[in-house]
Amino acid sequence: MEHTCAIQLKNITKRFGKVVANDSVDLTINRGEILSLLGENGSGKTTLMNMLAGIYFPDEGEILVNGKPVTIASPKDAFANGIGMIHQHFKLVDVFTAAENIVLGLEEEGKLDLKAAAARITDICQRYGFSIDPNKKVYDMSVSEKQTVEIVKVLYRGADILILDEPTAVLTPQETDRLFDVMRNMKADGKAMVIITHKLHEVMDVSDRVAVLRKGKYIGDVATSETNPQALTDMMVGHAVTLNINRPEPKNPIPRLSVENLTVYDAMGVKRLDNVSFTAMGGEILGIAGIAGSGQKELLEAIAGLQNISAGASIQYRAIGSPEDAPGVQLVGKTPLQIKQAGVSLAFVPEDRLGMGLVGTMGMTGNMLLRSYRKGHSIFTNRKAPRKLAEDVMERLEVVTPNVAFPVRRLSGGNVQKVLVGREIAQEPSVLMTAYAVRGLDINTSYTIYNLLTEQKMQGVAVVYVGEDLDVLLELCDRILVLCGGQVSGVVDARTTTKEEVGLLMTRFKKEGSKDE
Amino acid sequence: MISGTQIIQLLQSAVVFGTVIMFGAIGEILTEKSGNLNLGVPGIMYLGGIAGLAASFFYEFNNPDPSPVICLILSFAAAFLASALGGLLYSFLTITLRANQNVTGLTLTIFGSGVANFFGGSLNTMAGGVGQISVATTSGIYRANIYNKVPSLGTAGSLLLSYGFMVYLAIVVAVLMAWFLNRTRTGLNLRAVGENPATADAAGINVTRYKYAATCIGAGISGMGGLYYTMDYIKGTWANDGTIEALGWLAVALVIFATWKSLNAIWGSYLFGLLSWMYFYVPGLTRSSQELFKMLPYLVTILVLIAISLRKKRENQPPASLGLPYFREER
Repeated sequence: MEHTCAIQLKNITKRFGKVVANDSVDLTINRGEILSLLGENGSGKTTLMNMLAGIYFPDEGEILVNGKPVTIASPKDAFANGIGMIHQHFKLVDVFTAAENIVLGLEEEGKLDLKAAAARITDICQRYGFSIDPNKKVYDMSVSEKQTVEIVKVLYRGADILILDEPTAVLTPQETDRLFDVMRNMKADGKAMVIITHKLHEVMDVSDRVAVLRKGKYIGDVATSETNPQALTDMMVGHAVTLNINRPEPKNPIPRLSVENLTVYDAMGVKRLDNVSFTAMGGEILGIAGIAGSGQKELLEAIAGLQNISAGASIQYRAIGSPEDAPGVQLVGKTPLQIKQAGVSLAFVPEDRLGMGLVGTMGMTGNMLLRSYRKGHSIFTNRKAPRKLAEDVMERLEVVTPNVAFPVRRLSGGNVQKVLVGREIAQEPSVLMTAYAVRGLDINTSYTIYNLLTEQKMQGVAVVYVGEDLDVLLELCDRILVLCGGQVSGVVDARTTTKEEVGLLMTRFKKEGSKDE
Repeated sequence: MISGTQIIQLLQSAVVFGTVIMFGAIGEILTEKSGNLNLGVPGIMYLGGIAGLAASFFYEFNNPDPSPVICLILSFAAAFLASALGGLLYSFLTITLRANQNVTGLTLTIFGSGVANFFGGSLNTMAGGVGQISVATTSGIYRANIYNKVPSLGTAGSLLLSYGFMVYLAIVVAVLMAWFLNRTRTGLNLRAVGENPATADAAGINVTRYKYAATCIGAGISGMGGLYYTMDYIKGTWANDGTIEALGWLAVALVIFATWKSLNAIWGSYLFGLLSWMYFYVPGLTRSSQELFKMLPYLVTILVLIAISLRKKRENQPPASLGLPYFREER
C-alpha cells in the first residue's frame, strides 16, 4: 500500500541546558499508517513529539507538514496543522462533562450549543468505534473513558495526525485491545498515527512501522512485519558502553532485608506490586531495573513504611552486627516512626529530592536536623550537632553552597543530591535505598555518588539502587532485580548478564490470556 | 406576638439588607470562578460606596439645581470604576506579581475601609452644618419606587414594589450571571480557568486575561453593594461605623452559602437579611441576646459548609484552583 507522507522531521535537535534531548533526528510519519516510536526512558521520544504538539520548540531543524515547512510554536499552531497529541497526563476539567471539555477553548461563532456538540461527538464515536456519554462528568469516568475524551477532543478539532504518548500505560489489557481497534479504524480512515511506547508486544501488535530512538539519536526504522522483539531490543538498548565504575567483589554477603510476597494496591485500586519477593544482602549493591512506573517507587516506599501493604507480606530486617541466626525485625505494619523506634537503621534517598527528601527553604543544618530532632530531650532543638554534620557533609562531599544556612532549594541538582545522600549515609544505615540517585546529575557528581554507594557496600550495608541507565546498573551493581508490571521478571548477576537480557526482562509483559510471543 | 405589619416590615428590611450583600456576593462569585479568592470584598464595597457618594456630593454641592439623571450616572459610574480599580490592584498583585491571595485580599479590605472612612469624614466636615452630608437628589433617585406613587397596591405592592431600582437590578444581575457562567462559551472558558488553569491554558485560553477581567468586573459588581448601602440603606449619608465591613464579610459568607451559584445568592441574601433583622422583632430580647441573634447568618454558613463537606457533591465544591496562583510550567 502506498502511503502519503504527512510529516517529515529533518535534523531536529533539542537541548535542555547542556543535555541534548534530541540529536539531529530525521523522521517520517505517513498517512494510513501506525508508527511506533520505540525507545528506553529518556531516549527523547516524548520530547520529539512535543515539538510537533507545540509544547517545545526545536533548536535546530525543520518540520514539514504535507511537504510544506511550518512553524509550530503553540498547541494552537499544532491544531491548525491538523496535529493532535494525547498526553500521558490528561488535561481535563473534572467537574465538566465530556462535551464541555471537548468544546473548551474553541473559537467558534455563535452561542454555546452543547446539544450540537454532543451530536457531533456521538458521530465521531460511531465512526471510529468508541463510546462515551457526552453528558457524563469527568470525575465519574474511568481512566479509559478519560482517555477517550482526550482522543475525541483531538478529533473534534479536526486533527488527522494523532500522537499518543504511552496510551496503554494506564489501561487494562481489555481496554488496550479496544484502543488498538479504534486506532486501526482511524488508520483505515487515512489518519496518520504515532504511538509512543516501550512495550514490545504492543509494537508488534498494532504498528505497521517502528522507529527507534536511543539516547536522543535516531537509530532507524523497520517495517513491523520484517522484525521481531529480539531485533528491536537490540536496536533499543544498543551495545554496552564501558563506564569503568569501581566495583569490588561483595564481602561476606548476608541477608539484611528479606522481602516476601509483597503486594501493594494504589489509591485507585490498581495493583502496583504483585507478589514481590527478594533478598538484599549486606555488602552488595542490588540494582532494580524496569521501565518507568513498573513499581519501583511503590517497592521502596513499601519498605520505608509509606504504602498500604496487602495481607500476607513480610519484610524482615537485620541490622549490621546482629547475629546471623537472630530473628529480624518485621517492618510490615509499622509507620516510619515506629520503624525508627524499633531501632531499624534504614536510609532512603527518594526520587523526589526536594519534595520527599529535603525541605527546600531550609538550609543544610535545618535539613540535617530533620533526622535528629527527636533525639533532644528539652523543648529546644539542639542545633550544634546538625550544624557540625552539615559542615562535615559540605566538606567531605564538596557541596558548593555559600554556607550551611543557605536554602537548599537554591543549590544545583547535584549539590541537593549530595546533601541528601550525605545526610542519609550519616545515619550509619544497615540498608540504604536510593531511587534514581544520579538523575539529572553531571558525570563527575554521578561518580561521586557511585563511589559513596560502593563505600557503603564495603562497610556491609545492603544498598538498593533503583536506576534507569542500564549501562550504570550493569557496572555498579552486583545483582540486578528486574521489575515488569509490578512483578519480578528476573534476578540476574550483573557481572555475567548482558544488556539485551535485562532489556528483554524489562519488557516481558505478562499479559493475562494473551498468546506468548 | 409579632403583628402583621411587623412581619411586612421585617421582610422589607430583609430585602433591603439582602440586596447589599447580594451585589457583593455576585461580584465575588464571578471573581472566584476565575480562581481568585478576593477577601477584599468589604474594602471594595467601601470604595464603591464612598466613590458614588463623593461624586454625587460634588455634583450636588456645585449645582444649585442638580439633574437626577446626571446624579445617577455620575454616582453609578464612579462607584463601579472605583471598585473595579480595587479589583485591578488585587489582580496586579496576585496575578502579575504572584502575591499571596489571602494577604492581598485582607490588605485591600483594610485599605478600602481606611480610604472610605477618611474621605467620608472629610465630606462630613465639608458639608458643614450638623456635620452630616446628604445627597438628597441622588438618594431620591435611588429610593424612588412604584409603591410610593401608587399606594393603592396594598400589601403585595408594599412587599414587592416598595424598593429602589437597585433591588431589582441585583436580581437581574444574578440571573444574568448564572446564564453567563453556564450557558456561554466565555463562561465555560472562565470556569475552566478557575477549575484547572493548566488545562485552560493548553486549550488556548488566555488565563491571565480571563483572571484580570473576571476580578475587575467582579469587583465592580461587588462595589454596587456599597453604593446601594450609602444611597438607599442609609439614605445618601455617611457614617464611620464600620457597617459596610460587616456586610462585606457577610457577602463573602454568602458566596459559600450559595455554593458559588448566583441564583442561590438571591434567596440566600434575603434569608441572611431576615436572620440579621430577626432580633429587632423577636420580643423580650436583651442587648446581649440580640448579639446572639446577629450571629445567625454566620452560624448558618458554617452549617452549610459542614453539610456540603459531608455530602462531597462535586458541583457544590469551590472552584478547584481557588486561591492558588497559576504558573505556566517553565518551558
